[in-house]
Amino acid sequence: MTALFVLIPVSLLLSLTGVIAFRWAVNRGQFDDLDSPANEILRSDEQNLNR
Amino acid sequence: MSSDQVSVTYDDKIARWFLWATLIWGIVGMAVGALIALQLAWWPANLNLPYSSFGRLRPLHTSAVVFAFGANAIFCAVYYSIQRLLKTRLYSDIISKVHFWGWQLIIVCVAVTYVLGITQGKEYAEPEWWIDIMIALVWVAFTANVIGTIAIRRVKHLYVSIWFYLASMITITILHVVNNLAIPVDGTKSYVIWSGLKDALVQWWYGHNAVGFLLTTPFLGMMYYFLPKAAEKPVFSYRLSIIHFWSIVFLYIWTGPHHLLYTSLPEWAQSLGVVCSLMLIAPSWGGMLNGLLTLRGAWHKLRTDVVLKFFVMAITFYGMATLEGPLMSIKGLNKITHFTDYTIAHVHGGALGWVGGMIFGVIYWLAPRLFGRELYSKKMAELHFWTATIGLVIYLVSMWAAGITQGLMWFATDEEGLLRYPQFMETVLQIQWLFWVRLFGGTLYLAGAVLALINVYLTAKGGKEPKDESVLVTLEKHIEPLNFHEKIESKGLLMGLLATVLVLIGGVVEFFPTFLVESSIPKIESVKPYSPLELAGRDIYVKEGCYNCHSQMVRVLEPETRRYGDYSRAGENIYDYPFLWGSKRTGPDLARSGGKYPNLWHYRHMIDPRSTSPGSIMPSYQWMAEDKVNLEQIQEKLKVMIKLGVPYTKDDVEQAKSLYLNQALEIKANLEKEGVQIHQESELTAMIAYLQRLGKDWAQHKVDHKGEL
Repeated sequence: MTALFVLIPVSLLLSLTGVIAFRWAVNRGQFDDLDSPANEILRSDEQNLNR
Repeated sequence: MSSDQVSVTYDDKIARWFLWATLIWGIVGMAVGALIALQLAWWPANLNLPYSSFGRLRPLHTSAVVFAFGANAIFCAVYYSIQRLLKTRLYSDIISKVHFWGWQLIIVCVAVTYVLGITQGKEYAEPEWWIDIMIALVWVAFTANVIGTIAIRRVKHLYVSIWFYLASMITITILHVVNNLAIPVDGTKSYVIWSGLKDALVQWWYGHNAVGFLLTTPFLGMMYYFLPKAAEKPVFSYRLSIIHFWSIVFLYIWTGPHHLLYTSLPEWAQSLGVVCSLMLIAPSWGGMLNGLLTLRGAWHKLRTDVVLKFFVMAITFYGMATLEGPLMSIKGLNKITHFTDYTIAHVHGGALGWVGGMIFGVIYWLAPRLFGRELYSKKMAELHFWTATIGLVIYLVSMWAAGITQGLMWFATDEEGLLRYPQFMETVLQIQWLFWVRLFGGTLYLAGAVLALINVYLTAKGGKEPKDESVLVTLEKHIEPLNFHEKIESKGLLMGLLATVLVLIGGVVEFFPTFLVESSIPKIESVKPYSPLELAGRDIYVKEGCYNCHSQMVRVLEPETRRYGDYSRAGENIYDYPFLWGSKRTGPDLARSGGKYPNLWHYRHMIDPRSTSPGSIMPSYQWMAEDKVNLEQIQEKLKVMIKLGVPYTKDDVEQAKSLYLNQALEIKANLEKEGVQIHQESELTAMIAYLQRLGKDWAQHKVDHKGEL
C-alpha cells in the first residue's frame, strides 16, 4: 500500500504537468481557432522543390 | 522565392529506416507468437530446451510486438508527420541516428537475454537493469529530438497529433523509471525495490499505462494525422479531438488497479480503478466517432483504398476494445474473465486490430511516398487486409470462447456448493481444441504481415534511394523561426522536462527506505524471509517465466477458496521481490501449493509433467536436474535483500552457503529414500524447496492462532 504514497503523487504530478501544458496552450492561443488547423494539414500550396 | 518563404528539406531517410524495422520486427514478434500458440496446443513444440520453452518465449513475443513492432512504427510515423506538421526538418540528424541504432540494439539485447533466462520477471518490463537504463536513455533522446523540433517549428499552432505524441513520451519516461527501480546483484540479476502488494500496484500502474501511452495515445496521434491525409478530408471535429486528448490524458493514469480486483488490494483503490476505467468510455468513443465521421462523404473510397480499409478496421477495433476493457473491469464480469484467455482476446483485439490496423494502414500510405514509386501490388495489399481481418476474427472468437468456457467452469458449483470441475486439468482439456483454432487465426494474420513486407520490398526494390522531400514554406507573419524568445522557451521546456524526471528520481531514491521500513500492510508474524535455497528456487521460477502461466493469488471468491484454499493476504507477500501474482492461469494457482504434494511428486512433475498430471500442456524441465545453481551469487543476493529492508542477519549472509546446502541435502536425502538421485546444487532441488514453501507461512499463522480463528 505504501506504494500509493509514490504512485498518487507521481500521477498527480503528471496531471499537474497536463494542467500546466493546458494553461500554456490556452494562453498562447493554441485553441483560439479550432476550425482551420484541421484543413491546414491538407493544404499543399507550398511548392515541392523535388518535382 | 520571396523573402517570407524558406526552403525546407525533410529527413525521410529516418522514417524509411524505422519503417523497415517495423515490418521486420513485427514479423519476428508475430512468428514467436505463433510458436507459443503452437506450444499451448501441442506441448512437444517446447522442444525440451530451456531456450525455447514457453515461459521464456512468451515475454519475447509480448516485448517484440509492443516495443519492436509497435514502438518502431511510432518512431516512423512521428518522425514523418511532425516534420510536415511543424514545417521543419527534425531537430538533430545525429540524435535521430542514435535513436534508431540504439533502439535496435536494445531489441537485440532484450531478445538474447530473455532466451537465456535473464529477466526481471515483471510483465511487459522483463529486461534487466542495464537494458532498462539503455531504454531510458534512448527514449529521452527521442523525446528531446521531438521537443527540439517543436522548438524550431515554423508554424504557431501545434496540431492535435503532436499533443498526443508529447503525452506519450513524457508519461512513458516516468512509468518506465518508477516501475524499473532496482538494485543489481550482478549483470544478470537485480531485485526491483518494490515487493508484494506494492510491486503489484506499481506494476499495473505501469502495465496499464504502457497500454495507454504506448499503444493508444501515439496511435491516436497517428489517426488524427494519417486518416485525414488518406481520406483527403479534414477531421470531423477538431474541437472534439482536443477534448478527446485532454480527457484521455487526465483519466488514463488512474485505471491500473482494475488489474487487481478481488486481490488483497484495498477495496477503495480497486473501486477508484473501476470508476476511472468506466469514465474512459466517453472520450474513447468520442475519438472513435470522430475518426469514423471523418470519412463522411468519403466512404465510397473504401471500395478501392486499402489504406482506408485498414484505418476503418483499426478505429472499429479501437471502439470495441475501449468498450470491452471498461466492461471487463466491472467486478462481476472481471470475476469470470480474469486469469482466462478472455484477457488474451482483449489484448489481441487491441494489438492486432487497433495497433496493427493503424500500422499497416500507415505503412501502405507511406511506402509510395517514402520510396517515390507506386505501391508494387494493390491486390497483394488487398489480400493482406482480408487475411488480417479474417485471421483476427478467428483469433478473437476462439479466445473469447475459451475464456468464457474456462471462467465458467472454474466457478461452476453443484447444489451442495461443491466444485463441478475440481480438477483444473479438466478445464484446460475442454478448451484445448480452441488453441488450434487460435493458432490458425494468428497464422493468417502473420501471413498478411509477410505479404506486407514482400509488397514494400518490391516497391522499394530497383528504385534509386529517393531524394528527401523539399518544400517551400511560407512563414507565418507572427512567428519568426528561431527568434531569441522562442529559443529560451524551447530550452525551458526541455529543461523543465529533465528537471521533472530528475526530481522524481531524486524523490523516490530519498524516500524509498522510509517506505520500506514503515508499512501499512497488516503484519503476519509467521511470515519469514525465504531461506537461501528457497530464494534461489524463486529466482529460477522467475528465470523460467513460470509466472506466465501460474498465478499466486487466491482471490476473495468462494469457488476460488474451495479450489485452492484460503484467499491470499497482502501480508504474505512482503518479501516477494518481484511479486508473482500473475495475470493468466494456463495452469492452476500455486499460492497454497506448499506441502500439498511430496518432494517426489514435484521431482517427477518437473522432469515430465505428464507422468503426474496426464494431459498436462506444461513443458518438461529436465535440464533443471542437471543445471547447477551459482552458489557464489547467493551471498550477494542476501546482501541486496538486506538493502531492500528484508530482515536477514549478518550470520545469514555469512552462512548462506551452508544454510543452502543443509536444506538441499535434506531434500536430496528425502528423494533418495524414494529411489531418486538428485544433486544438492541442482536447480531442481532449489525449485522443489521454493514450491514447498508457498503458502506455508499462512498455514503456520493458522496453527499459531488456532484459538482465535
